[in-house]
Amino acid sequence: MLFEYFASLNPMALMRALPGNVAQGLVWAIMALGVFITFRLLDFADLTVDGSLATGGAVAVVLIRMGVHPAPALIFAFIAGMLAGLVTGLLHTALGIPGILSSILTQIALYSVNLGIMGKSNQAINVDQYPLVASLRYVTGDPSTRTMFFVGLIGSVLLLIVVLYWFFGTELGAAIRTTGCNPNMARAQGISTNFMTVLTLMLSNGLVGLCGGVYAQYQGAADVNMGRGAIVIGLAAVIIGEVLFGKLVAGKNFTFAYTMMSVCVGAILYYMVITVVLWLKMPSDYMKLFSAVVVATFLAVPHLRAKHHHKKHKAKGVVKA
Amino acid sequence: MSIMLEVKNVHKIFNAGTINQKIALNGVNLTLNEGDFVTIIGGNGAGKSTLLNAVAGVWDIDEGEIIIAGDDVTELPEHKRAPYLGRVFQDPMNGTAATMGIDENMAIAARRGQRRTLRWGTTKAERAKYHDMLVSLGLGLEDRMTSKVGLLSGGQRQALTLLMAAIQKPKLLLLDEHTAALDPKTAAKVLEISDKIIAENHLTAMMVTHNMKDAIAHGNRLIMMHEGRIIYDVSGEEKMNLQVSDLLAKFGEASGGTFANDRMMFV
Repeated sequence: MLFEYFASLNPMALMRALPGNVAQGLVWAIMALGVFITFRLLDFADLTVDGSLATGGAVAVVLIRMGVHPAPALIFAFIAGMLAGLVTGLLHTALGIPGILSSILTQIALYSVNLGIMGKSNQAINVDQYPLVASLRYVTGDPSTRTMFFVGLIGSVLLLIVVLYWFFGTELGAAIRTTGCNPNMARAQGISTNFMTVLTLMLSNGLVGLCGGVYAQYQGAADVNMGRGAIVIGLAAVIIGEVLFGKLVAGKNFTFAYTMMSVCVGAILYYMVITVVLWLKMPSDYMKLFSAVVVATFLAVPHLRAKHHHKKHKAKGVVKA
Repeated sequence: MSIMLEVKNVHKIFNAGTINQKIALNGVNLTLNEGDFVTIIGGNGAGKSTLLNAVAGVWDIDEGEIIIAGDDVTELPEHKRAPYLGRVFQDPMNGTAATMGIDENMAIAARRGQRRTLRWGTTKAERAKYHDMLVSLGLGLEDRMTSKVGLLSGGQRQALTLLMAAIQKPKLLLLDEHTAALDPKTAAKVLEISDKIIAENHLTAMMVTHNMKDAIAHGNRLIMMHEGRIIYDVSGEEKMNLQVSDLLAKFGEASGGTFANDRMMFV
């Protein structure tokens, strides 16, 4: 029976899935960078993402169907995401609602908003009718289209990393990092932590909206549920990147740029792992459960490792009480 | 000589109307002249740190006025008062951003009171300036300028925080038990650095301490607080001649002899 199981696995199918995984991972990397900004730099677990991703997708698709070119449509997807971030930010800072709850409220509200934007739960756009910037068809298409698509996608993600690297190196970016690291100190140094929090949530969700716009084009439709569990994928990318490459990139010049790159690689690896698991014939119904377990595991690793380390040293009498 | 700080009839009650109600400041009046260096002592809950936090705007006060260098800042939020103030806290973790470099932390402080723009956060020119400032600390930090501050010891972090507090000359330097978490030797070093920075920059300063010897040895003025009020205010020659026993007697008088278990006893 085991033999039959292994005989039924087709290595070629896995190979064929590879370019699709990479493309999908790269698209989601845009969102993962957004999640990285809030989760790591601002220290804010922002669940708005699950809603703002679909908002970005909905806005892009509706605009494209109205005749807007797919590329500028992405700008509006970005802006729509920023507005979602603004709402979460104001709920938290102006109205004093705890951060995570603010983001959940926005996320829930966005479900209705997204339905309103699209008029129904799903809106398709056909790659034959519109000059989409991304499409699964480009991946499966002829080699030159495929190369062009990957060069463009990788180039865009790298450009995004360069822009973010620059931004977080500026006075404003440094103020955001200070806010995330030590809000008391930030205020003592004249930084409005409320303003920085709102600004960061807007930037982050802008990227998530942008990702939604690209992803909707990639899969040929926006769906009101397309963002469900997105935060988990984003966190998975961040954490996989950190666990695998954290030591490697630490203490170098441009560490921050490398960290963002490892987040993107983390997103790609996430999709590869998912594909392998599906290829091993795990029922797709269990995918969300599997994703959650992966993220929980990777989140727990640094904690458990530190604990273990502490115990070991305590036994040797190195760490006092 | 101009007036640097005026605290007028400031009241603050925490958890008002609940079982945990605590009158933290009960009509505090204080005027500091430019160049004053006042040390503040008092038992636990006397309102020393609360007074500093009231000046810094950590929360709104219930009543009264706070005027720094002629500007009424009573209604200003914490981050808008920051340009007037340099602050060092009891916990060395509080004054700096641990995941950022020494140079970055200094650059953040150097822009206190300025708009944060899209210009580069730490320029080469200012790095050279910070290098020289760090040399003056004599702790060897100038060789580790890009190291994360989280890697520094408590004493090093406090020294850096002091430097950062003075980098944009503040109207008022607030030292909130900033040596309490350090070992005696490091505490002495940090106090020495504090004195130096205050003297070199001609700063007006307030220093909360539990150590009566330190309170006597430093500054030109000393105030004692008890139950949210200033109960003793001494300066000039009278302060210089002060003995720890005088302060204990004064404190005993104020608290009706209930000070025996208080931290005030740890001289």
